[in-house]
Amino acid sequence: MLLWPVLLLAAAGLISPYVARSRIPVWLLAAAPAGVFAWLLSSYLRLGVGETTAESLGWFDPLGASLDFVLDGFGGLLALLISGVGTLIVIYASGYLAGHRDLGRLLLLLFFFMASMLGLVLADNVILLFVFWELTSITSYLLVGFNHEDKAARAKALQALLVTGAGGLAMLAGFILLGTTAESWRLSEIVQAGDLVRSSPVYGALTACIIIGAAAKSAQVPLHFWLPNAMAAPTPVSAFLHSATMVKAGVFLLAKLSPALDGTLLWHGSLSVLGSATLITGAVLGIVQTDLKRILAYTTLSVLGILTLLIGIGTELAIKSMVVFLLGHALYKAALFMVAGTVDHETGTRDVRRLGGLRRAMPVTAVAALLAAFSKAGFPPFFGFVGKEYVYKTGTALDQAGTAFIVVAVVGNMFLLALALKAGLHPFWSKTPLDAPGRTVHEAPWSLWGPPLALALCGLAFGLAAGLVGEALVGKAVAAIRLEPMTSSLSLWHGLSLPLVLSVVTMAGGLLIYANRRLIWPHRGRIEAVPGPSSVYETMVGNLAEVAKRKTRILQSGALTRYVAIVIAAATFLLGWKFLRFGGWPDLTIGPDIEILPAVLCVLAAGAALGATIATSRLGVLVALGIVGIAIALLFLHYSAPDLAITQILVEALTVMLLMLVVYKLPPVRREPRPGVAAAKWALAAGFGGGMTLIVLQALELQVAPSISEQLATWSYPAAHGRNVVNVILVDFRALDTFGEMIVLTIAALGVLSLLARRKRKREDAGS
Amino acid sequence: MNLVLALCIGILFTAGIVCLLQRCMMRLVVGLILLGQAANLIVFTGAGLTSGEPALVAEGAKVPPPGAADALPQAMVLTAIVIGFGLTVFALTLLNRARETSGHDDLDAFSETDRI
Repeated sequence: MLLWPVLLLAAAGLISPYVARSRIPVWLLAAAPAGVFAWLLSSYLRLGVGETTAESLGWFDPLGASLDFVLDGFGGLLALLISGVGTLIVIYASGYLAGHRDLGRLLLLLFFFMASMLGLVLADNVILLFVFWELTSITSYLLVGFNHEDKAARAKALQALLVTGAGGLAMLAGFILLGTTAESWRLSEIVQAGDLVRSSPVYGALTACIIIGAAAKSAQVPLHFWLPNAMAAPTPVSAFLHSATMVKAGVFLLAKLSPALDGTLLWHGSLSVLGSATLITGAVLGIVQTDLKRILAYTTLSVLGILTLLIGIGTELAIKSMVVFLLGHALYKAALFMVAGTVDHETGTRDVRRLGGLRRAMPVTAVAALLAAFSKAGFPPFFGFVGKEYVYKTGTALDQAGTAFIVVAVVGNMFLLALALKAGLHPFWSKTPLDAPGRTVHEAPWSLWGPPLALALCGLAFGLAAGLVGEALVGKAVAAIRLEPMTSSLSLWHGLSLPLVLSVVTMAGGLLIYANRRLIWPHRGRIEAVPGPSSVYETMVGNLAEVAKRKTRILQSGALTRYVAIVIAAATFLLGWKFLRFGGWPDLTIGPDIEILPAVLCVLAAGAALGATIATSRLGVLVALGIVGIAIALLFLHYSAPDLAITQILVEALTVMLLMLVVYKLPPVRREPRPGVAAAKWALAAGFGGGMTLIVLQALELQVAPSISEQLATWSYPAAHGRNVVNVILVDFRALDTFGEMIVLTIAALGVLSLLARRKRKREDAGS
Repeated sequence: MNLVLALCIGILFTAGIVCLLQRCMMRLVVGLILLGQAANLIVFTGAGLTSGEPALVAEGAKVPPPGAADALPQAMVLTAIVIGFGLTVFALTLLNRARETSGHDDLDAFSETDRI
């Protein structure tokens, strides 16, 4: 059953281009994710704490890749987020790009992404999970590069693809190590095999690979830079992929694998450091931004940092905070992104310095923005407040490094609060004069304010009903991650305690930063000019292209002699390697069996061959060639091969005559003018020739199978009535071979004829 | 004697390869011919050398005399000689055509097919 929602969403994607072109309202396509959401919700609510619904369809089972799916507390929660937010995003996108010629393409890709993401969180097989993982990277690439006529958008899309794709490769390596170590490819079995994995010698390698892959996907420092650049995508895409769902895939995987991998310094240490660094980096870079979407992108970084940090801590409270924070973030961040898109849609700008007082023109959007911003800021009674409280509670309950954690969390949350107000409050409630030339700003259509309002109201409702949410959603998710039920329930109000004090401190600090926001804006250029990992990326990509260009220039030079040289050098290397590696050097002493006549013929042939190589006179070359041919013919004659000698002499005579016909039309024979190059060519040729000499000598001592010659000679007269065995072999025993030879010659003759005929026709054309 | 022949083959290969590595068309053809000769000699020598005893069945006999030359490699070399001739003729005509069309005989300058 779990495969069907994935297929249904993909099918909705396939029909969406046709729907976009037809007169059917496009937002009706949201019925597909809405149906999936309803079905998932009913299954999820029926699921008990710690229970799972698993199913398995075969695939490449012997290789470990099967279509195994599972609905558990945590994956199910994310699946609900994907289908729920996805429904709203489809409605929003239909309004945001209404009438756009590529709306169909956007929806197609959005649905494909949704299907892949749903598959990712429901997969129970690591190979299957990896396939979905890569599919989300590819659809994300296509969506970021949606405006493909824009060169900058293409570059940013490629950046997102390369960074997450490289991380994906590390992830695959980690998965393979993990699967072979845990002796299972099923996630639900791997998480039970934690002791086996931790005691394995490859534990360090596989954990590092998986953390790298997850960090690239979830934009952790230093691989964070692709996420703000991915804001080149249309706003519905940013709201869905780059805040609510895809960037959470890394966090999802880390949480899911934590029972198998945690408990070591490598795990807790590296995740805590990564998370803290990302939290602070996002906060610092975010505070100087003035573009609404970039502000939100950097706060997404911060939140991803907090989530990673909480997984790194790994206590029950930490995991609980992580789930609450993740849920809260998905609700308010997608809402704020949509609000930013609505503002952009109506005013034509996303620059906060030009936005202000929009509450009068856009009252409903303003309410949605206010609710979402308050949740993000962590004001009670919103769900964001619950998340923040639990983060602080996690810190106060820590035995060691609690103070450091609290400092990082408080500072990070202060910035988040300031940024929430900047993105959600400032455009609507500040006194900055609106600067939208040529626009009469009015409220957006329902499809643009409805979805963010719905999400923002969810944030409020979840906060008010924290206990219920804790029971129905959070408790199941925590139990699925930690493999044991949660020991305490979720509540909004914790009484007067240290976390509450910290919340008050956060609020005061955040409001202070927000009040002074105009002082910070001018420093953006200076802070962004600091070279970071993105400049390393630029250099690497640039160098890669340069190396490829140079390599092509060397290997694909277009010069024939260079290709020949490469082939010969490779052959020589293989010859030499054979002798050096396996030995078998032949006997190189000149024996007493030397015969004068053939030795003279050999010297003659070799000398004439060298002469043909050196001679510059065309006639000289021909004479030298003739001498080589005749000397070899005489060698054949001496060594009992009269037929060969006859053939050789005939062919030799014909060749020389033909060359005579052609040769005087050719330009004079030239020598290589550069002595160094000439010497190199001779050295290469001599190396190959020497190797051939050695091979011939060695072959003489070799007989791998009994010869069939004896048999052929015995049959020659009795069976074929021929006294010349060579002739009998050619026309009888190997007649088919000879027939093939005739065909080859015929084709060659036809080729020659056609080449000559075209020349003749050309001449006639020129003459007439 | 084998050593002398093997050296001769090596030198033929060397000369053939040097010719192939030249940029001038005439040398390319010469290189092809020399390589063909060298390869034929390898097959011929590889079967062992027999002097003065061709594989012929004498009048009245049914099989060649004992110790006669091996006929099979000879048959193969014969085929190879003829095929080599065909190759030479075809290559010569093709190169000549290429020279006529392009107006030069520099093999390294044939780097683009578009211009022809």
